[in-house]
Amino acid sequence: MADGVVLLDTYFSMFGMRARLALAEKGIEYEYKEENLGDKSPILLEMNPVHKKIPVLIHNGKPVCESLIIVQYIDEVWKDNNSPSLLPSDPYQKAQARFWADFVDKKVYDAGRRLWTTKGDELETAKKDFIEALKLLEAELGKKPYFGGENFGFVDVALVTYSSWFYAYETCGNFSVAEHCPKLMEWVKRCMEKESVSKSLADPKKVYDFVLFLRKKHGLE
Amino acid sequence: MAEVKLFGVWDSPFSKRVELALKLKGVKYEYIEEDLKNKSPLLLNYNPVHKKVPVLLHNGKPISESLIILEYIDDTWQQGPPILPKDPYLRSKARFWAKFVDDKCIPAMWKACWQKGEEGEKAMEEANDALEFLENEIKGKRFFGGDDSIGLVDIAADVIACRNGIIAELMGVQFLRKDKFPNLCKWADEYCNCSFVKENQPPNQKLIHHYKALIQASTSSKSTK
Repeated sequence: MADGVVLLDTYFSMFGMRARLALAEKGIEYEYKEENLGDKSPILLEMNPVHKKIPVLIHNGKPVCESLIIVQYIDEVWKDNNSPSLLPSDPYQKAQARFWADFVDKKVYDAGRRLWTTKGDELETAKKDFIEALKLLEAELGKKPYFGGENFGFVDVALVTYSSWFYAYETCGNFSVAEHCPKLMEWVKRCMEKESVSKSLADPKKVYDFVLFLRKKHGLE
Repeated sequence: MAEVKLFGVWDSPFSKRVELALKLKGVKYEYIEEDLKNKSPLLLNYNPVHKKVPVLLHNGKPISESLIILEYIDDTWQQGPPILPKDPYLRSKARFWAKFVDDKCIPAMWKACWQKGEEGEKAMEEANDALEFLENEIKGKRFFGGDDSIGLVDIAADVIACRNGIIAELMGVQFLRKDKFPNLCKWADEYCNCSFVKENQPPNQKLIHHYKALIQASTSSKSTK
């Protein structure tokens, strides 16, 4: 396989968006391959035999899997190329960044998923859990422009991709993120002013259409 | 005030990981045993988000989540063997397999032990599938960290190696079977024979007593339904 960078991904995946975003932040050129998850390519199955999931970053023929692991890999490999590091150099700050990125995956993902796959009481619980998780993140952001401080960082990458799904979550759950977490929405707007972010994230209306399609497919509509 | 403190629970595999990493690096620390039914104000203060152990406190600053703590230890203390390799690709592989142990192996193995009937059988299948991947990963290597070094994945999988015998004996569930996973069994033997691993396991009798009590409680709670 040629030297270079290939990303196996799907347009709507907030995990795939993280990889795209990290590559854009570092100014890395790569080949993007859109996967059809209903008919996974032989290369995906070969490069991620364990989970058979996207995103997969293939660098010089070698696969890196799991979005946060990919982002850290990108940060470590392309660390001296005139773009700021996504992870802090201080071990304690680094651990805190990893903690909050892990929190996003443990709490935001699950509650978010329940927002479009459940109804009635389960949906109300999902809403409560989702807002609670975002509130904790908003508190962690505090007065900083980004989770990374003055610079866009690891936790920003981890969370901002979910914002492309907020419209879908809000519509399914009949609530507004801005109403509960205004500072967080300001942070989203600030991030979207960065070209790397606006070009890496999926269009929220298209995400919503995709969610509707999935809901119909699973008999939820 | 001690510079390094660890809030843990003696039989928690996640606490154990942190103890092993600190011992590997030769870091002196004060260990504080938590009672999970009555969590200390300190624990709740240091880990308000998850309220769980382990929590490492270094110079008054808390770090939570065992794999994150392990990387912190590796980043902070340069003495002793490295827990993660230097090469970014190998680091990504170590992180991948440690996460795999946490996401796929341990939950399935736990369910296979404690859930009976169809759910337990399904969990056993999942556990076997997960262990099969680990089996292929360890092939040709002495440790997951390499031929000379115990690393992140070995420490993450400590519970798989070290409790296999007790679980088989007391619960009748044998995970590391020589016929199915010969390479994993070889790794477990090598790993468990390392002196710093041997010297830092919970006392065997205490563990047996503890498991017997858990089994008793589980059986009697089912029969009172």
